[in-house]
Amino acid sequence: MTTEDRAAAPDVSATEHDGAVLTGTPAAGSPDLPPPGEPIIEVKEIGKSYGSVIALRDVTTSVRAGEVTCVLGDNGAGKSTLIKILAGVHEHTSGKFVVDGISRNMNSPRAALALGIATVFQDLAVVSLMPVWRNFFLGSELTKGVSVLKRLDVNAMKRITKSEMAAMGIDLRDVDQPIGTLSGGERQCVAIARAVYFGARVLILDEPTAALGVRQSGVVLAYIAKARDRGLGVVFITHNPHHAYPVGDRFVLLRRGRSMGEFVKADMSLDELVTMMAGGEELDELTRDLERPGRPAASTSTARRDESES
Amino acid sequence: MSATTVDDADERMAPTSRLTTVLRRPEVGSAVATVLVFVFFAVYTEQFLSDAGVGTWLNSSSRIGIVAVAVALLMIGGEFDLSTGTMVGTTGLMVGVLTTHYGVNIFVAAAVALLVALAIGALNGILVMRTGLPSFIVTLGTFFVLQGVNVALTKAIIGQVAVQGMKQVPYYDTIQPIFGGTFTVIGAAMNASVLWWIGVTAVATWILLRTRAGNWIFAVGGAQSSARQTGVPVTATKVGLFMGTAGAAWLVGMTTLFKTSTVNGATGVGDEFIFIICAVVGGCLMTGGFGSAIGAALGALIFGMTQQGIVYARWDSDWLYAFLGVMLLGAVLVNNWVKARAEAA
Repeated sequence: MTTEDRAAAPDVSATEHDGAVLTGTPAAGSPDLPPPGEPIIEVKEIGKSYGSVIALRDVTTSVRAGEVTCVLGDNGAGKSTLIKILAGVHEHTSGKFVVDGISRNMNSPRAALALGIATVFQDLAVVSLMPVWRNFFLGSELTKGVSVLKRLDVNAMKRITKSEMAAMGIDLRDVDQPIGTLSGGERQCVAIARAVYFGARVLILDEPTAALGVRQSGVVLAYIAKARDRGLGVVFITHNPHHAYPVGDRFVLLRRGRSMGEFVKADMSLDELVTMMAGGEELDELTRDLERPGRPAASTSTARRDESES
Repeated sequence: MSATTVDDADERMAPTSRLTTVLRRPEVGSAVATVLVFVFFAVYTEQFLSDAGVGTWLNSSSRIGIVAVAVALLMIGGEFDLSTGTMVGTTGLMVGVLTTHYGVNIFVAAAVALLVALAIGALNGILVMRTGLPSFIVTLGTFFVLQGVNVALTKAIIGQVAVQGMKQVPYYDTIQPIFGGTFTVIGAAMNASVLWWIGVTAVATWILLRTRAGNWIFAVGGAQSSARQTGVPVTATKVGLFMGTAGAAWLVGMTTLFKTSTVNGATGVGDEFIFIICAVVGGCLMTGGFGSAIGAALGALIFGMTQQGIVYARWDSDWLYAFLGVMLLGAVLVNNWVKARAEAA
């Protein structure tokens, strides 16, 4: 989707959401988002070593309001190390981690959350037997009344869950159904909507499309675009360049714990991204190795085109 | 794909039928079983519906039900407690020995017993959370320790295994009605424990469905790591649940002591499994995250009705255990089926 498309698309979600905010009582309040394009997080030559093992080094990138930063890499490339640093799970051991212009050392997810950095891990932190609305407010339940009569504000939580999900473009038939009965994409959406509602300015998504089919992945990519359009900075971790390219504004490529650089979308085509991901010559070599003896060799460019259509 | 645009929202509300909503409740199975057992004994025996009969099976249900409800909460939270049965004996003996042998004020003794019970419950919880061992093993240990201490320590102090002379303790008549008194409802004589049972069930249901703590109980039992990630105080919730079962056992210890004016070293031993069976019959999953306090209370009601009904039917009372075993297996199968439906995408 191009910027023009985004601007032209009727923004139903924004108005729906504004309505919800007016009628509802958001616990965390609306986060004060910087204007689009402003950097919220900047990391400079950041790295992490565990004892003598260097898991990650020299990563430089930024997460900007209203933009999507994609972190790409194969298994073991250092993606999880990078998001654990961003999410506050692990402290970095070298480089600079700047949030809102101030250099920080974060050592707990709570500290990251306090700065508006919310992470949606692969297991989504949902409890599958519990209703959607209970999951949405888990750990931050709304209450009314005082002392022994202090009780869950069930109606408000159900209403907000429904409207927040609607703002993400999902119509929940019944917020009372166990979250396990939702599809994988819808569960992702609940986790994302929850992070957004509770004041996230930066949303870190750990391989949200990894376990999903083609159509479900499309749904999740649409939510990522929605979150971006609401002005959030999004960090999208994936190993699939075909998922990253359509929503991404900048791309960080990791390989074997090193950054291969940060690229803006304008400077890079999908084909180039795929080639860099797969590691150019390695892919050529693999194609030759996999050829059937006695048949003409398919060129790598054909192979790549096939892949991009899948 | 069920994701659609916002506009056509409400025409899709219909699919969740009333039946589905009802079947989603964990206590449905036990409610059906309660009705069946009730009707069977009401028709088959004469005494079952008599004033004395109703009082008797409600009383025996209540003794089991108070702890079963607390055990249900703990099981929803994903843990077991096998020390609840002996804890009933421990607390009763403690009050008995402190008052009759050491001359401690009876109210103080009851309060001390409660504090000790809560401390042992907290110890169970902390051990489980700190070591990561299954609560089944940890509380099996507490169970045997308490069983041994109940008999050995009581013998060492008062020279026998049963407490005697409770009625001569000062203020016995003041505290007795609270825990062991009787009242009459439409001719049926009931113990105070029936009221405690109803009260505990109501409070537990309120906590479970209408408080933050209830949300946390479901979450720690359903997916502990998810609960932790969303900021739920996992350890505090679980330790609280273990203290709850210990506290409920104390309550039954008191109702037993003040109803019969005696307890002995064997009081409560074996009941721990009855509590768990009642909770499971009431819809609790063995794996946690699902269940109901009302269901556990109904499970206890089924137990009480069957226990007395078998007597009224003049059958061998040992059939009770065979019946309980069948109920347990049936309930587990039903629960598993419900869980599979609830979790299926």
